[in-house]
Amino acid sequence: MKKLFDIAGDYFLLMLRVFRKPEKWSIFWKQFWTESNKLVIDSLVIVSIISLSVGAVIVIQTASNLESPFIPKLYVGVMARESLVLEFCSTMIALMLAGKIGSNISSEIGSMRITEQIDAMEIMGVNSANFLILPKICVATFFGPFLMLMSFFIGLIGGGLIISVTGIITLAQYVEGLRFAFKAYYIFYSMFKMGVFCFIIASISSYFGYNAKGGSLGVGKFSTQAIVISSTLILIFDLILTKLLL
Amino acid sequence: MIKVQNLYKEFDGRNVLNNINIEFKPGECSLIIGASGSGKTVLLKNLVGLYEPEKGDIWYDNNNFTRMPLSQKKIFRKEMGMLFQQSALFDFATVEENIIFPMNFFTDWSLEEKLERANFCLKRVNLENANKLYPSQISGGMQKRVGIARAIALNPKYLFCDEPNSGLDPTTSIVIDHLIKEITQEYNITTVINTHDMNSVMEIGEHIGFIHKGELIWQGNNKEIMDSECQPLNDFVFANNLARQLKKRG
Ligand SMILES: Nc1ncnc2c1ncn2[C@@H]1O[C@H](COP(=O)(O)OP(=O)(O)OP(=O)(O)O)[C@@H](O)[C@H]1O
Ligand SMILES: [Mg+2]
Repeated sequence: MKKLFDIAGDYFLLMLRVFRKPEKWSIFWKQFWTESNKLVIDSLVIVSIISLSVGAVIVIQTASNLESPFIPKLYVGVMARESLVLEFCSTMIALMLAGKIGSNISSEIGSMRITEQIDAMEIMGVNSANFLILPKICVATFFGPFLMLMSFFIGLIGGGLIISVTGIITLAQYVEGLRFAFKAYYIFYSMFKMGVFCFIIASISSYFGYNAKGGSLGVGKFSTQAIVISSTLILIFDLILTKLLL
Repeated sequence: MIKVQNLYKEFDGRNVLNNINIEFKPGECSLIIGASGSGKTVLLKNLVGLYEPEKGDIWYDNNNFTRMPLSQKKIFRKEMGMLFQQSALFDFATVEENIIFPMNFFTDWSLEEKLERANFCLKRVNLENANKLYPSQISGGMQKRVGIARAIALNPKYLFCDEPNSGLDPTTSIVIDHLIKEITQEYNITTVINTHDMNSVMEIGEHIGFIHKGELIWQGNNKEIMDSECQPLNDFVFANNLARQLKKRG
């Protein structure tokens, strides 16, 4: 328990060093675009594949659960939309990203730590935490919500595709369902959640990378810890935010 | 000038540096010599503030570096150049970008000016035609030289080199030693070099401190070192046969 408080304290101290005005904005923006490529662009394919297939699976499952002739067919669309927007596209995608981006961030920063590259920056008088971590956090927090949005649309397309292939219901029924009692607020809620989750992923993974020690074995151990802790926090914050915002 | 006073450093209760007192003067190459594991690297990292000492102070001119907040240390660090034992080059950057890195932060030079400076530094360490390669694509000795070039990129006031010529062939080794000595005198730099290379000691050892098991037990220059009465130092200096025979003959 004491260890947990120590970690929390160190984490906040690190964040204090991260959230400073960059030495030069031009350097920050250059890093920002590099990181966008690494963290966001490289995640597009995997997010799309998962969203497409989960969208399809949700549609098949709901359709087979709604056999009763008294329930209107448009509920397939409603259910698909609601499960995607409320939970899948934010929380599930975030958990997947915790593994993908999280391990990328913590192993990258961790290996810079153990090969003394971070020390070298510090000796030059560069705020290494600000230079390395701030762009990652900004990129993740800013683009995360758009990944959620993309995942949502691709999930819906996945549902539509499986319907046109199998013909469980008609496409018109599906689309009608998607538009039925649609609440735009849910989308903002989900995007906001995703922003918070991505902040957690980027900052926690950076923290564990930044404090890695014990050679390459240590880097492995610390990046595993980063994934475990950020996934746990994502689930906890999912509960909190849902309670607060819905 | 850098002054070390009663410096103690321990790791997990194990004493690594014991009551170190030494002064490093500007315009002079100070060499820290000692066996592997004697505490040279730990001393150097204390000097630059990467390690916090348990006890004691480090003064940069009249400023107590050890007691400074990080924000103030940063000001001094902009005037430091350091070569790490394992070079510590940024592997996200090419050779050229490694040297330009500190310039990006602390100068307003144009790209041409930065490149010109980088090429100048690379030339001084005898490393040309490697500008576009990544650290993983060059040899250990080349990495060392890039490390030195990066350390002198911004004309530091304090230069710290952790084993600048380990891994280098004898010829390049001497080139590097002379380069360090030259720029030290030219720009009046306070230079501290860790080494266990006796060639460097004889070539550029104007001021030498010998660390033995975490204690600084001898100081002097490369003339005095031959006639010292200090037994551990003699064992260190005359470790090989050739040196022992030379000593016997006087
Ligand atoms: N981060 C650390 N944690 C624990 N012990 C350390 C640490 N760094 C160094 N030591 C210990 O301090 C002692 C001195 O190490 P140091 O690296 O200064 O030796 P050195 O004189 O530089 O040797 P070499 O010539 O091999 O580089 C060693 O016994 C080492 O085990
Ligand atoms: Mg060493």
